[in-house]
Amino acid sequence: MGEFKVHRVRFFDYMPSAISAMAFNVHTERLAVARADGTVEIYNFADNCFQEKVIPGKDGRTVEALCWAGQRLFSTGLNGEIVEYDLENLRSKYTVEAYGGPVWTISSNSQGTQLAVGCEDGTVKIFELVEDSIQFQSNFDRLKSRVLSLSWHPSGTQIAAGTMDMIRVFNVTTGHATQRMMVDRAAGANKKKEVAVWSVVFLSDNTVISGDSAGKVQVWDSQMGTLIRTHLVTKWDVMALAVSRDESSLLAGTSEGSVVQFQFISARLDQPDKEWQRTRTLRSHSHDVRALVHTDTAAVSGGNDAHLVVRPFMEKVVKGSKESAPCKITFPHRSLVSCGKKAGILLFQFPERLEVWRLGETHCVYACSLQGDDHICCSTLSPCGGWLAYASASSVRLFQLQYDNDSIALTKVKLPKVLRWANQLCFSADSSRLFASFSQSSVLVFALSKSEAKYVHTLKPKSGETTAVHLMSTSDDGQWLATANSDCEVHVYNLKKLKYHCTVPVYGSCPSAMAIHPTGSNVVMVHADQKYSLEQKEYTEWSRSLAKKGLHGSWLNRVAPVTHVSFSASNPDYIILHDMNMFCIIDKSLPLPEKDSDLCNQNQLRSMNEAARVKDSHAFKICEMFKNLLCVGLMEDHSLVVVERPLLDIATRLPAPVRQKKFAT
Amino acid sequence: MVAHADTRVVHRGGSKINFRAPVITQDSRFLICVSGECIKVFSTSTEECIHHLQGHKELVTGLVLNPSNHLQVFSCSEDGTIRLWDFTDGILIRTYNVRRRILSMHVSAKGDVFLVMPVKRNKKEKFGLVSLNLPPSVEQHVMVKGHTIVFQSVSTDPKCIAFGQGGEYVASVKDNVLHVYFLNKKTFYRFALGTSGEMAARNAFTCVACHPKDDCIATGHGDGKIRLWRNFNQEKEYTFSTVHWHHSGVNALCFTPEGTNLLSGGLESVLVQWRYGQEGQKDFLPRLGSSIKEIVVSPDGSLFCTSHTDNKITVIKNCTKVSAVIQGLVHGDGVKTALMVDPRTKALVLNGKPGHLQFYSLQRDQQLYNLDIVQQEYINQSNLDQFEVVKAALDSRGSWLATVEQRSAKEVEISLKLWAFDEHTQSFVLNTTISAPHDGPISEICFSPSSQNSTTLVSVSLDGHFKAWQLTQPDPSDDEEASWSCDFVGDYHSLEPKCCCFSADGSLLAVSFKEVVTVWSPASWDLLTTLSQPPGAIQDLCFGRLSCSKYLLGATDKNLCCWNLLTCSLEWSTALDVSLLLADPLSENVAAFCGAEKTTDLFVFRPSEPRPHFSQQALCTGRVTRAVFAPRDEPLDGCEESSQWLNRSQLYFLTHNMELLTFLTKPEEERLMALSKQPTIDDSVAMTPFYLLLGKHRKRQEEERDILSSQSGVRNLLPQGSVAIKELLHTPSHVLPSTSILCSMFVSSLLVSVSDSRDEEQPTEVEMESEKEEEDSEEEGASVPPRPEHESSDTGAKLGPVLTKAEHRELRGVKKLDYSWIRGLVTSNPVVNTTKQMVKTPKQRVKTPKPMAKTPKPMVKTPKPMVKTTKPMVETTNP
Repeated sequence: MGEFKVHRVRFFDYMPSAISAMAFNVHTERLAVARADGTVEIYNFADNCFQEKVIPGKDGRTVEALCWAGQRLFSTGLNGEIVEYDLENLRSKYTVEAYGGPVWTISSNSQGTQLAVGCEDGTVKIFELVEDSIQFQSNFDRLKSRVLSLSWHPSGTQIAAGTMDMIRVFNVTTGHATQRMMVDRAAGANKKKEVAVWSVVFLSDNTVISGDSAGKVQVWDSQMGTLIRTHLVTKWDVMALAVSRDESSLLAGTSEGSVVQFQFISARLDQPDKEWQRTRTLRSHSHDVRALVHTDTAAVSGGNDAHLVVRPFMEKVVKGSKESAPCKITFPHRSLVSCGKKAGILLFQFPERLEVWRLGETHCVYACSLQGDDHICCSTLSPCGGWLAYASASSVRLFQLQYDNDSIALTKVKLPKVLRWANQLCFSADSSRLFASFSQSSVLVFALSKSEAKYVHTLKPKSGETTAVHLMSTSDDGQWLATANSDCEVHVYNLKKLKYHCTVPVYGSCPSAMAIHPTGSNVVMVHADQKYSLEQKEYTEWSRSLAKKGLHGSWLNRVAPVTHVSFSASNPDYIILHDMNMFCIIDKSLPLPEKDSDLCNQNQLRSMNEAARVKDSHAFKICEMFKNLLCVGLMEDHSLVVVERPLLDIATRLPAPVRQKKFAT
Repeated sequence: MVAHADTRVVHRGGSKINFRAPVITQDSRFLICVSGECIKVFSTSTEECIHHLQGHKELVTGLVLNPSNHLQVFSCSEDGTIRLWDFTDGILIRTYNVRRRILSMHVSAKGDVFLVMPVKRNKKEKFGLVSLNLPPSVEQHVMVKGHTIVFQSVSTDPKCIAFGQGGEYVASVKDNVLHVYFLNKKTFYRFALGTSGEMAARNAFTCVACHPKDDCIATGHGDGKIRLWRNFNQEKEYTFSTVHWHHSGVNALCFTPEGTNLLSGGLESVLVQWRYGQEGQKDFLPRLGSSIKEIVVSPDGSLFCTSHTDNKITVIKNCTKVSAVIQGLVHGDGVKTALMVDPRTKALVLNGKPGHLQFYSLQRDQQLYNLDIVQQEYINQSNLDQFEVVKAALDSRGSWLATVEQRSAKEVEISLKLWAFDEHTQSFVLNTTISAPHDGPISEICFSPSSQNSTTLVSVSLDGHFKAWQLTQPDPSDDEEASWSCDFVGDYHSLEPKCCCFSADGSLLAVSFKEVVTVWSPASWDLLTTLSQPPGAIQDLCFGRLSCSKYLLGATDKNLCCWNLLTCSLEWSTALDVSLLLADPLSENVAAFCGAEKTTDLFVFRPSEPRPHFSQQALCTGRVTRAVFAPRDEPLDGCEESSQWLNRSQLYFLTHNMELLTFLTKPEEERLMALSKQPTIDDSVAMTPFYLLLGKHRKRQEEERDILSSQSGVRNLLPQGSVAIKELLHTPSHVLPSTSILCSMFVSSLLVSVSDSRDEEQPTEVEMESEKEEEDSEEEGASVPPRPEHESSDTGAKLGPVLTKAEHRELRGVKKLDYSWIRGLVTSNPVVNTTKQMVKTPKQRVKTPKPMAKTPKPMVKTPKPMVKTTKPMVETTNP
């Protein structure tokens, strides 16, 4: 493909926010992750842990706990409110004040009919789930100190509540406490400090397991109120507990960043009496593990270092399969960077501000921060670099950029009132139009003139109810617009006629990147499980051969999804795409890699001899020179912009961990 | 091993007691451990060796208590036998002959015996775990037939096999795989750790232990982790937890008998005690001296016992306190110093712990003490250059010790230390430290054997110089002690010197410079003469002793040369690859160790005589570079002719894998066997009051009777009657046995005075003996001046009737005409050459009176038939 001039950009100081809570919905295999800035992300575990939805946060809203009740997602935080989310339009649906001070925890019963919240004032409140809302039902006996953790017995008749120094068991029907279990304080100097029971788990055999700030994991008999066993796990806090569905395995996350596994096994083989034995220790975090989920096959952990780590249990998965690969998700699965191809400028999106940088300059040319509480959910820059648009949950703004020699001046352009918010924004290739996706996959089209934007049309897909659009792409000739939503549908619209054109046959996996071919009017889609298809009302030859042959095994086993697709302007046969760890150029004219051969990257190829290189070369030209990629963009002048965010830079900006791993301790 | 009938190469003292894990007896009173070919029983409280169990013909490879009788112990050996011993009495009860090399032995909790032995499979020799039925029998020797193979390929290290929970299953680890075999169900599980990646290279299993009550297997790993395996009866759902404290491999693991604790040890020389079930809590017992090889716990859990890599066994009481240390000869990675014998203690002196010299008494098989030479903290870490003691020398009276320590970090750092023996403290005290005595590494140091007060130390260095150091007395005005300083620096054509040697009287010093041997006078430091025998640089030098003191022997890498210092000419030379030349200080004998390809041959000869007294081929594998003649306390007699060279001193040598071997003559062996058959004093009988009263007296009486009967009074005992009476009278009457029993004893105790006349004689005898000993020691101490006439008369006397000189010579000639001895040596080429060339030399001497530079010519001639050449020799010897 030849050589590029590369702009290696490392000044995008994007900081992922700490993970504060997680909840896993077993039936839909969706994981909800809440971050410290209030963002809630939905990951689809059935689809290669793809980040399906992102609900932007809001200033002043922290999420302390998340819970699923059926298909509904609730969160609470220290502002004392219970929030239900609208997962279709990616916004909060409503908030309910709990009237108990800051709320530490929320938990729903297994039937999905009731919610229990634990408040700062020591009350446990029960809410009933009704259609489109929740309704206060009852208060339990008030405790002396804040309720930090709650767990329902699977039958839904009892609740274990962890407070300071104590675990209480409540009868749900009467609201009275039935058991009181005192937790030992730490020895030595911390004797006076009261112990916080950060997490409790109520098992179906009436065992309660607690994790506390003295570093203990304790097993209790809730019927007798007695302690069965103590495991001292760490010198610091045990922040989170998670139990598997069959209640044979338990995970405990500690402030040291390690996750300790306990298993319910018998000491003597062939004997039925079992006990909880500490087994594995997983070390995947450098900081506190705040949230844990035990899926059937993997341990999912997240914490203050902002990584979401999926560690599969080897005995539960087939060796060498896609599930057996451990996976670490650091960056969002969508682009936070937009390139002004012609002008050579870059737009970086932060939750609360935007930055515009010009290539070749060492400082930010323009930074604008957001007014209002809501965080930015999307932003875009027009290819000519003349327009900038961003959207949050409550507003959409459009700016025109004027360049002086050094600086850039922004002038606000008024948008019609129709557009109150948007999920995704996109400019046409000639920068004459702005597309904004609105509720239910509809797309609003605006015509841009010098100083104003005019509403033109609303494009709607044929099928009725659909979810929010997360990808949008226009063709270079301005004829086509493609949108993709989290239901895996891809709709294509004809912009000349301003009408719906077709829907690509639905594939089981969500598209993670998409682009329209500049000349051939084909859509290239990259799915989260790393597959491809091309479309112009029907699949092209190439994609059929691709589908027939299947992709190479080691390509399919890549963990990170492809986040961006573009085309080379010089040779339309080249497709450029990248994920977090590599970028790749696919030459459609070359043969596909053979199944049994190695999928070599370019460095490996270079080190081979001539004959082997010819033999092993294939359509996928993989470059792994750059790491931790946020964006790879091809500029008009054939130079490549590579935006990297080294993980080390992120790690150094985190606060010091409670404990560093020292040699032989 | 080609053996002469009456000598045998044996491990005598200094063998490894840490080769296999020791065994603690049921009552925790004895510690049984392997020691080369014998088994030693130690007392755990006094560290005393109580019994030597001898009988195995090869290395003992395993020890287990008899599961059906805890007063008996099984041992297995590479000689293919299992022997059952009564360790309290030191008696061999039974010998089971398996007729195959046994590498280790295990007993499950059920009492089944398992052995590790070679198993043929696909023509490759592998080791298998074999279960064995020891037939019940009353006979002494039992042939064991039939065994079943349990495992096909196991490690030979007994640490890698463990029997779990009542003998239900056996766990075996090898490389990266753990195998668990359920003996009853006959099911087999295999758990493998990853073998790829950089971490995997170090995570191989090193040892295994099974919990005594729970189904939990603990394994140690090369990277210092300990894994606790559970649920191992499932192929997939098995689980393990990992604990990690050791920074390098875990060498030993052991559960306490109740299973409450797990003990582990490794390179760090720290015993770690993990709480079972609460692995986060652990206790440490640090500073155990050197890295731990094995851990054993007594059956009641009160004693721990760790064996260490420096041949030491530590007994630890109550998990916290080291109560006893049994130290064997420290086998380092390599002995850098020469082997020496301390004239005072008769102890063997050699490298011990890093930076130390050890004094090891071979007679008692016990380490006497360690001398810290380097006096620096030893840091147990690889890739760290530390000071090492590379050379050491003792002067002939044992009053001075010279040591050289060296560190080769970037540039060589050397210091020479001189230690004076302090009579007061009975140890060596540092007198002088000379830092950087030479610019290059020191290749040899030696003391002059002169008997005066002033001794000279000569150090030879690769920097091209040799230096003589002398003790200089300071001015009387100063308070300073006498210290050593350089007296002379010598060199020769700026060649590198290699070795040096003093003649027996200290009047000559020979220093070799490449091919040239220079002879100096230490009195004036004049170069007296040079001797040369190219090609080949001189590797070793040695003066003859006593009657042969006019000869100087030199070894190049191809030849062994003997110069006559009176004529300054080459007496003879022979093609031998000599690795070590050693002169016996008490006789004319010189021992030469010759390295063949893989094995070492030994020749013992006199420089004046051309034929060796003694030769043994294939002495051991590898090159021998360290050996010593240890003078005997009293000369041995009754040896056959071929072993007469062992009369006055014993030859000890170190093989390349640090085994100390020696020669054992038949009379010695017989004496030892006699000793071991003697019933030893039994200190394991219960200490009842009755015993206290009766047993003691009875024993004394027996001893007395022995003395009377054999009349070999070792030491006279005081009259006992009065003590017995006193004790009888002072004991409370209610604990006394009945009077009728006491009566006869009482009476007999009064009848002591019969042997009074002899008793009076004996003390004088003892005195005389001690005087003699003193004389002896003086003779030995006084650096043995050469007394050729004396010595020859001695030998003459030994030969029998006195002969005249001429007769004597004739007899020798006749002896040489008898060629029967050649037949025995014909198989080995070098020896044949030796004799030929030796035979030739007189002729050659006649031809070339000044042969130094020209000699090689006749040497390289092709050998002629033997019979022809001998003829002229007869002429020369019989003029």
